Amino acid sequence: MTVQTVADVLAGTCLISGAFLSLAAGVGLLRFPDLLNRMHAATKPQVLGLLLILAGTALRLQNTIDITTLVLVGVFQLATAPVAAHMVGRAVYRAGHVRRDLLIVDELAEDRADAQPPSR
Amino acid sequence: MIVVGIIASVLLCAAVSLVLVRIVRGPTTLDRIVAVDVLLAIVVCAIAAEAAYTRDATSLPILVVLSILGFVGSVAVARFSPRSRR
Amino acid sequence: MRLPRWRDRLLTAAVLVTVWMLLWGVFSWANLISGLLVAAVVITVFPLPPVTVAGRPHPVALLRLAWRFVIDLVAASFQLAVLAFRFGHQPRSAIIRVPLRVPSDLVLTLTGEAVSLVPGSLIVDTDRASTTLYIHVIGVADRAAVERFRHEVYETEARIVRAIGSDDEIRRLSDPPPVEKRRQL
Repeated sequence: MTVQTVADVLAGTCLISGAFLSLAAGVGLLRFPDLLNRMHAATKPQVLGLLLILAGTALRLQNTIDITTLVLVGVFQLATAPVAAHMVGRAVYRAGHVRRDLLIVDELAEDRADAQPPSR
Repeated sequence: MIVVGIIASVLLCAAVSLVLVRIVRGPTTLDRIVAVDVLLAIVVCAIAAEAAYTRDATSLPILVVLSILGFVGSVAVARFSPRSRR
Repeated sequence: MRLPRWRDRLLTAAVLVTVWMLLWGVFSWANLISGLLVAAVVITVFPLPPVTVAGRPHPVALLRLAWRFVIDLVAASFQLAVLAFRFGHQPRSAIIRVPLRVPSDLVLTLTGEAVSLVPGSLIVDTDRASTTLYIHVIGVADRAAVERFRHEVYETEARIVRAIGSDDEIRRLSDPPPVEKRRQL
């Protein structure tokens, strides 16, 4: 039981859980009823799944130059994923691809109806 | 580590094939964009996992490019997608 | 007005130089100098809209924010994975309005980022004038669950403001949530 073995076991756990989250995202993407719900499934491999796999890779490579690259990938992903998700989510809502029968409340629709006149 | 490699690649391959089904089925452009985004995230995961498995860092710069590329792509499509079809 | 602007520019330059260093992976004076040059060019060629950083970082609150973020991230990811594998179960969702208590662009942006990075919630729209977030939540069963989620967003906002906000903004947190602020298009 050396330090190397412990690092390898940890790395393996990270890699498998990351891959599992990607699979769950694939299932959700296929199964969820409308596009906004599918986008929730999409967030998983983009955030935690990727971070876990990057952590596993860092544990395996153990080299400063490579780890800084991995940190950079993680930071870029964390900074950009919400912006992209927001842009797509807004376009989805405005294009009307929402299953309203599955919503419990839609307070955005209430507020958009109140605002006079609708801008678009 | 071989077992880890096999399990991870099976899971990732299954994920990619499910995402591909969604890309083919659509039905809207935005559905496909979300699915392509997920595909890209899984590809990034797969490349990183490959680097971890072989302990070879050659492919790491690709990850930096891919993580930016997905963002630019989906923002561009969302920005210019048709506003309303009601 | 001149001093905050220079502070913001220095902050941007520091971030850019850090990214440059991470990209090269080694610290050397050549990297530092070339990074500073690149940062200067980027700041002059692509001037950013001014983001006013009103507060100052509070280290303990920052750590608490990061820790809670990781906990939320892991818990929500696995909850959503369970939801995906419950075949035959149609998840219900909701779009809710959360008017934030602190009227700051930075707090609005960071709260939005934090909320949308955690799987299960997604920003559909924002209103800058009333600092309101419109959030799509998956896996809420009823009204009570919706209110619970709204409370969680307020807690995220409070953690962010405690981590980076000014004293005045932290004082605002004890205000009741602004219910009556409505979107003006």
